[in-house]
Amino acid sequence: MPAKKSSQAPGASHEPRQVAKAPQRTPVKPKIALYWCASCGGCEEAVVDLREKILDVVNQVDIVFWPCALDPKRADVEAMPDGSLAVALINGAIRSSEQEHMVRLLRQKAQLVVAFGACAWTGGIPALANLTSKTAIFKRSYLESPTVVNPQGVVPREEHVEDGHRLELPQLYETVYKLDDVIPVDYYLPGCPPTPELIATALGAIVSGQLPPRGSVLGPDKALCTDCPRNETKPDVFTIKDLKRIHEVQANPDECFLTQGILCMGPATRTGCGHQCINGNMPCTGCFGSVGDGDPAARMIAALGGVLEAEQEDDVRRMAGSLADPAGTFYRYSMSASLLGRQRDSKEVA
Amino acid sequence: MAEFEPTVVAFVCNWCSYAAADKAGGQRLPYPSNVRLVRVMCSGRVDPQFVMDAFREGADGVMVLGCHPGDCHYRNGNMKALRRFRIFETLLAQLGIEPERFRLDWVGAGEAERLQAVTTSFTESVRAMGPLTLTGSVDREVA
Repeated sequence: MPAKKSSQAPGASHEPRQVAKAPQRTPVKPKIALYWCASCGGCEEAVVDLREKILDVVNQVDIVFWPCALDPKRADVEAMPDGSLAVALINGAIRSSEQEHMVRLLRQKAQLVVAFGACAWTGGIPALANLTSKTAIFKRSYLESPTVVNPQGVVPREEHVEDGHRLELPQLYETVYKLDDVIPVDYYLPGCPPTPELIATALGAIVSGQLPPRGSVLGPDKALCTDCPRNETKPDVFTIKDLKRIHEVQANPDECFLTQGILCMGPATRTGCGHQCINGNMPCTGCFGSVGDGDPAARMIAALGGVLEAEQEDDVRRMAGSLADPAGTFYRYSMSASLLGRQRDSKEVA
Repeated sequence: MAEFEPTVVAFVCNWCSYAAADKAGGQRLPYPSNVRLVRVMCSGRVDPQFVMDAFREGADGVMVLGCHPGDCHYRNGNMKALRRFRIFETLLAQLGIEPERFRLDWVGAGEAERLQAVTTSFTESVRAMGPLTLTGSVDREVA
């Protein structure tokens, strides 16, 4: 991608404005950074899973910052000129002041920011913590958990003084945010994690500059069902008498999960994942995000309303009650993006 | 301090509930001016997202009113609404919104009095609950 004038640091240009001559073009590869926030490391693993394709990647780009795999530190990023990174691929949700600081820094240094994976896009698994509180999490993790021995009731604090030495930890926020709650994001890469194929395609598009409009999701916007290998087994009209969870039944590996009564998020979820779960005889849990730009839970509830077999108030209530954890099911990877979820707290993130 | 005036959004179906509201108007049956009617063709057209948007944009209570079971102009659109919104209510509870802030009910085309009764009782119950604050969860401590 050609470096744009506007991406130069203010005051960095020593040349007079009226230049017509082309900027001195040393054959420089675009620089990219990878960073992780509240995530599990699976997205880093997905990059490693490019296997030999990663050689094609490093032929075309310089990875200059990747804490998981390379040495460069924060100070090295701070020393880079603003806009000198072609792209920053950021995975993970934002839950601490450190994460916020780092993504703001990367936003300043990068021309493009890609929310890499479900957590950065919509909160992911970490954002399920938004259904409870920080205090409750600390209580459970540090005081009540059966495997914890903590008679003094020590819980992490942001500041501690020992023998005159002051130690600080980043602030843990009350709320788990998606990346674009904190900084402007140019593109979104779906998946938990994004597949190596999707990553390779996205990187290719970035390197060649053939990108869709800003704000796009770099993946197909069709429901998983459209190319599901089990789609053929689904009758045009069917109803579900009882909603079951996958562990309660022996799932038929050759039949649509929904027609078996097993809750599958396929109708409300984007395809592009390669049907790895379906092929492993597990229903879709929704990691590729909601089709269109609707609320994920609204999409799935709307779909379910059309196929449940219940007409009487009692039956409908029984069926609705049989869903063990609606929020955790419909927002498994997207709690930070719920229309009715935690609102952005300006006291936490500026 | 002035009494809290709740904002109530009611999605009403073209064939029954809206007709009932029309009839209530014709009969000069008053119902609370807090209620903002949104006419849709069928309660089955009301995507749960419409209700979420309404809450998000400031509604303190939301109603979906359709034809009585068996009376749907499109045969079973109201049954779809019934299944959707009974699931939706369980979700609301988890997100820290009292399920009583939402009501799915049936009002037939001729039932102007019923429309008056349903909207009035809902508005009063929302008024008693006070303004809606979106917390996103049940047990959030507010610092």
